[in-house]
Amino acid sequence: MRRFLLISVPYLWLLTLFLIPFVIVFKIALSDAALAIPPYMPTMKDGLSAMFSQLDFENFIFLTEDDLYWKAYLSSLKIAFISTVLTLLLGYPIAYAMARAPHEWRATLMMLIILPFWTSFLIRVYAWVGILSTEGLLNRFLFWIGAISEPLMILNTSTAVYIGIVYTYIPFMILPIYAALERLDASLIEAAEDLGCSRMKAFWLITVPLSKGGIIAGCFLVFIPALGEFVIPSLLGGSGTLMIGKVLFEEFFSNRDWPVASAVAVILLIILIIPIILFQRNEQRQQEAER
Amino acid sequence: MNRLSSFNVVSLTFGFAFLYLPMLILVIYSFNKSKLVTVWAGFSTKWYGELLSNEAFLDAAWVTLKVAMISSSIATVLGTMAAYTLVRGGRFFGRTLFSGMIYAPLVMPEVITGLSLLLLFIGIGMDRGVMTIVLAHTTFSMCFVSVVVSSRLATFDRSLEEAALDLGASPFQAFRLITLPIIAPAVVSGWLLAFTLSLDDLVIASFATGPSATTLPMKIWSSVRLGVSPEINALSSILIGLVASGVIIASLISKRNSVRLRLEERTAERL
Repeated sequence: MRRFLLISVPYLWLLTLFLIPFVIVFKIALSDAALAIPPYMPTMKDGLSAMFSQLDFENFIFLTEDDLYWKAYLSSLKIAFISTVLTLLLGYPIAYAMARAPHEWRATLMMLIILPFWTSFLIRVYAWVGILSTEGLLNRFLFWIGAISEPLMILNTSTAVYIGIVYTYIPFMILPIYAALERLDASLIEAAEDLGCSRMKAFWLITVPLSKGGIIAGCFLVFIPALGEFVIPSLLGGSGTLMIGKVLFEEFFSNRDWPVASAVAVILLIILIIPIILFQRNEQRQQEAER
Repeated sequence: MNRLSSFNVVSLTFGFAFLYLPMLILVIYSFNKSKLVTVWAGFSTKWYGELLSNEAFLDAAWVTLKVAMISSSIATVLGTMAAYTLVRGGRFFGRTLFSGMIYAPLVMPEVITGLSLLLLFIGIGMDRGVMTIVLAHTTFSMCFVSVVVSSRLATFDRSLEEAALDLGASPFQAFRLITLPIIAPAVVSGWLLAFTLSLDDLVIASFATGPSATTLPMKIWSSVRLGVSPEINALSSILIGLVASGVIIASLISKRNSVRLRLEERTAERL
């Protein structure tokens, strides 16, 4: 009885507040927009058989007809992909240096990497607005050292979005790579060097393959949330940067077209399922390797 | 691997400068006298004064704190129950679905979670406000708590529990007297994580709330959309200061505890 309670309380909570809401999103994505509030015609009200005959893919067809949505999905994928690569290029050397640092420093270094994660995400993104704007500190600094004569337009471009994503998600890249590198047996590299391998070659042949699990985990941890990101493109990207999270938010709050917003959400979910499954496979493989 | 090359030193320096400079600049400019955020006009604390007399911000801060306290506490109980079920529950009907529902919210884009919850609240005709934000925050943060707690549960020695059960403790007593004290640090860090996630959340709260409740991130959002403002800089500095001191205190406590634990272990070995 107690066991039943222990299992059923969190189970029912998640069923009602996580799973059922998704079913509702699917349902609304397949219904007609009406002007009443709630602004949709419920598709399920006449029972199951009627529901299937009433199903209508109009909203999805609408999404394929309007370029805006295609462009937003593609540009989200592109931005998420490029920022993941940038985060990896920047994060790997940091994780590598952390793993090589003296033992007594490591706990502090770890804390310094995690600390920004505890401070408000919104504030960390906002901090870049004052740095990147045309009147901002970066432009003033570059002007002062004589590198530029005209202020650079960085804020409200996709460059600012890349900077924002790399900045907020870099801890997620560093931590799994660091965990993998810390476990790495240093004698393997010594052996390679003793056998005549150059340092660079030993790095590519031994260190990188052995930290592959961490690299993959880090890339997914950056790519997946970056794809649906809303705050960073809205605050730093300006009106010219299309990302699907922003489109969804606006479709819902500004245009009040709920069925289309739901259809946008359903497609985003379908796109995300593949990386999420790959990520979980990688995690399972990592756990098995540890045993 | 104990010698840092100059390349390592450069990457660490650059990395930490990249992580911390923007926040440092924010804090420095919160003491700027000028309303123009990028021009330094001398030291002043007037923005802090204006912030503290701004009722709308204080109200929003109170709502946020209330939501975070309640939701993180419920989430800790539910998340610990879920972790216990996953690690110790054995097989039960729908286990795969259950663990899927625990892991999925961790990677779900906030816009989707928020949208789906709002549609649920509207569907069942619930009045939106503090209550619905609490429900929404509890749902996603219980999953984080459960991940943190289950990693601790998975690594600890199960024979301790079994010994207690053999000696006649009821399963509940065994949990309260043996399991809970051992997993307590993970439960506490789960609560802290849930609390900060709730304090921080903008997107899900915007979907889940109604006209009656505005949280601090929503308030910050509506003013930063119009550009940089010195009041928000002051607010950000207060929040950064609170978090930094909290984390530093927590790490000092855990360091002291681990030193004590090591001393105790050493004494035990000698005996």
